[in-house]
Amino acid sequence: MEKYIEVNNLSFAYEKEQMILENINLTVNQNDFLAIIGPNGGGKSTLLKLILGLLKPKSGDIKVNVDKSLLGYVPQNTNLNINFPITALEVVLMGHIGGQKKVFGYSKEEIACAMNSLQQVSMEAYAHMKIGNLSGGQRQRVFIARALCANPKIMLLDEPTASIDVQGQKEVYDLLKQLSQTIAIVVVSHDISVLLNYAKNVAHINKTLVYHTLGHINSSLNEDTHLCEVELLSALGEKNSCGCH
Amino acid sequence: MLDALQYEFIQNAILAGIFISIAAGIMGSLVVVNKITFLAGGIAHSSYGGIGIAIFLGLPVLLGATVFAVIMAIIISFLTLYNKSRIDSIIGIMWAFGMALGIVFVDLTPGYNVDLMSYLFGSIIAVPQADIWYMGILDGFIIALVVFFYREFLAISYDAQFAKLRGINVEFFYTLILIMAALTVVAAIKVVGLILVIALLTIPTYLAESFCNKLSSMMIISSLLATAFTLLGLVVSYVYNISSGASIIMVAIMCLIVVKIFKK
Repeated sequence: MEKYIEVNNLSFAYEKEQMILENINLTVNQNDFLAIIGPNGGGKSTLLKLILGLLKPKSGDIKVNVDKSLLGYVPQNTNLNINFPITALEVVLMGHIGGQKKVFGYSKEEIACAMNSLQQVSMEAYAHMKIGNLSGGQRQRVFIARALCANPKIMLLDEPTASIDVQGQKEVYDLLKQLSQTIAIVVVSHDISVLLNYAKNVAHINKTLVYHTLGHINSSLNEDTHLCEVELLSALGEKNSCGCH
Repeated sequence: MLDALQYEFIQNAILAGIFISIAAGIMGSLVVVNKITFLAGGIAHSSYGGIGIAIFLGLPVLLGATVFAVIMAIIISFLTLYNKSRIDSIIGIMWAFGMALGIVFVDLTPGYNVDLMSYLFGSIIAVPQADIWYMGILDGFIIALVVFFYREFLAISYDAQFAKLRGINVEFFYTLILIMAALTVVAAIKVVGLILVIALLTIPTYLAESFCNKLSSMMIISSLLATAFTLLGLVVSYVYNISSGASIIMVAIMCLIVVKIFKK
């Protein structure tokens, strides 16, 4: 099994401030669906930015064993820029930037590839709609299509379900589960419902990192009913429910 | 009314109005989607410092304003990229500094007889041939850059972080937008004046926004609207003998109000 991302003894702090991440060790494998959870300000998004190379570690190192162009990134859905004049298709076409380009406009191949990505997230019917007129869940799927455009091996998502309604959240998670068959998925979320039925592993980050494998939790909860967070917590609290002590 | 068209200064005014409207429509779109109207305002007003220095030194005013505005654009770009938290105060200070510097230099100029008001409120009917050349070349320059780098401009405007991850030099293109905006602002000073230039950049774009779902169509519609406002404003200005800059902006604002009422 190929190790896509290896994080060794990583620590990080913004200048002159206290440590945000301390001695983090983490491996992301080829077939992972990893959820990174933890409290606000715990360092989840910071870790993601370090992996992406947007921030530099203070100590320790991060090895990303795939080409940077094969690292798909889906930023936090902030609902900002809602009035921006851009169609869903053009957002997806942004995924091509950085490769060879035509002097003027988009090539037929690029548009075909973008439409294909939109199809993968079932959004092809909305290609020519303004991005601001889509619902939060639809918009998030367009951002996932943009990341898919570059045929990534790993997809990193920052709070993909923030500010999306429950139905939209389920759609996004179902899509990610389906994609995880061929792409390693790393999801940063404060929404622990991702743990149920979707993620295979979970890393809890609050300055330090605790890693869990989720196999047992899923089998001890009823899949079809609404997830009550108390149930999940009690399952997590059960002895040996995961590999950690 | 129509016989006015045979005067060369009226022909020049129409040409200047069309040229500046094209630049304002394109750059206004980029300024509005990047939410940097305040930055553009700072550059516009601080460029008055360049006008004052040029008058004092006896240099062409357009040259002084251009050099000064471009320097301001680069400084503001640098500060926005590296010291974002204080940017509003810094722009406020530069805004005032440029204006004050301009007034001081104009006051120091011996035997000063330049019409100060023409720079504040514009005088489209007194646009010299050289300024029209400047505007035409500026249009060509802006259109070429926007066509060639459309995807880069779109990407950094919509999602700068993603653009950076895809290897786009975000800082370079951001600075380029501010420099292009500065050049547009300087060119527009003659037409609507530096006080009203922001209105010419923002009103057509604000109107176009509700009809467009692409940045490219927003640029085209904004340019057409700006042209319509400028030419209509020119007619109003001629017929009622009102300052051209104020007439153009009043026409634009009237249209904006009418559209917003009827769209509800």
